[in-house]
Amino acid sequence: MERVPVEKKVLSENDRIAADLRRRFAEESTLVFNFISSPGSGKTLFLERTLAALPKDLRVAVLTGDIQTDNDARRLARIGFPVQQITTAGACHLDARMIDRALSAWPGERFDLLLIENVGNLVCPTSYDLGEERKIVLLSVTEGEDKPLKYPGAFFKSKVMVLNKIDLLPYVSFDPSLARENALRINPDIAIFETSCTTGAGLDAWNGWLRQRIEARQASPALTR
Amino acid sequence: MHEMGIASSVVDAVRIEAGKCPGSRASRVGLRLGEWSGVDVESLQFCFEALVLDSDLAGLQLDIDYRERRNRCEDCGAEFAVRNYEIRCPVCAGEDTRAIGGTELDIAYVELEDESGGWNGTRPG
Repeated sequence: MERVPVEKKVLSENDRIAADLRRRFAEESTLVFNFISSPGSGKTLFLERTLAALPKDLRVAVLTGDIQTDNDARRLARIGFPVQQITTAGACHLDARMIDRALSAWPGERFDLLLIENVGNLVCPTSYDLGEERKIVLLSVTEGEDKPLKYPGAFFKSKVMVLNKIDLLPYVSFDPSLARENALRINPDIAIFETSCTTGAGLDAWNGWLRQRIEARQASPALTR
Repeated sequence: MHEMGIASSVVDAVRIEAGKCPGSRASRVGLRLGEWSGVDVESLQFCFEALVLDSDLAGLQLDIDYRERRNRCEDCGAEFAVRNYEIRCPVCAGEDTRAIGGTELDIAYVELEDESGGWNGTRPG
């Protein structure tokens, strides 16, 4: 018997494709966010509000993943930016190859901003790098404050947490300061926004931050091959 | 939920390693799996066994080296296991600690046997 050291990531093939995507996004100065959350936390409406606040001349594209239906793509497309539905037919997450394949449907296009709405799931999407600049996790106040503790991987790997549906706080027993504290226990560097897509509360702060990120991406020189 | 995909990636990697050594048979594969890798150990074992059963890799064993969450204190440098999500340093009570382990999802090794004959125990490179 001989033990052969392998020492590679289980998902090394996904990581290889994600690294190619990340290189391409850097070359093309594309800012890419990967949104993850449980089903029903309000990702699609959050993206609708986000898209509606962006300048119409900005080159923006959206990829939205679901196990079935193109309902989300049809909702998001109303804003006017190009949208593609990725239907995973059972898979609980998007992987880098799905992103690569979806982008090939827009040949020669260069985007300033690419928003990826992952399949609603706080577990599996955290394992798959999509070449994004950052993962953004949404948590809604109709869930539990302990979600960051129950699903630490999602909150550990995200650089931003959006605490959504805060207009419902008077009706639910959800303590936002406890949710923040739990998220910071898992990830002391996570930035937190509190939003309501119904009343619009907190969206100005989020949209302002997003605008700054886009400008910073445009200002940094594109990498060359 | 994605353990079948993970198991399938592991099996593919084993075939690649065994394929580099004609005449060898893979008997064991070792994984390092972190507490926060998002992979369920029992589910992964189940999927792995289902994949290798009656395949060319029948009998292949999966060894899992489970790694708990570990942090390092930025103030005093102490390294410690994180239990009950308590990330404060147990040595100096410092609040500023950073993750250094627990998200592993790596293939560490493959064990090869000379059972089908013809493999001389050496491997390229």
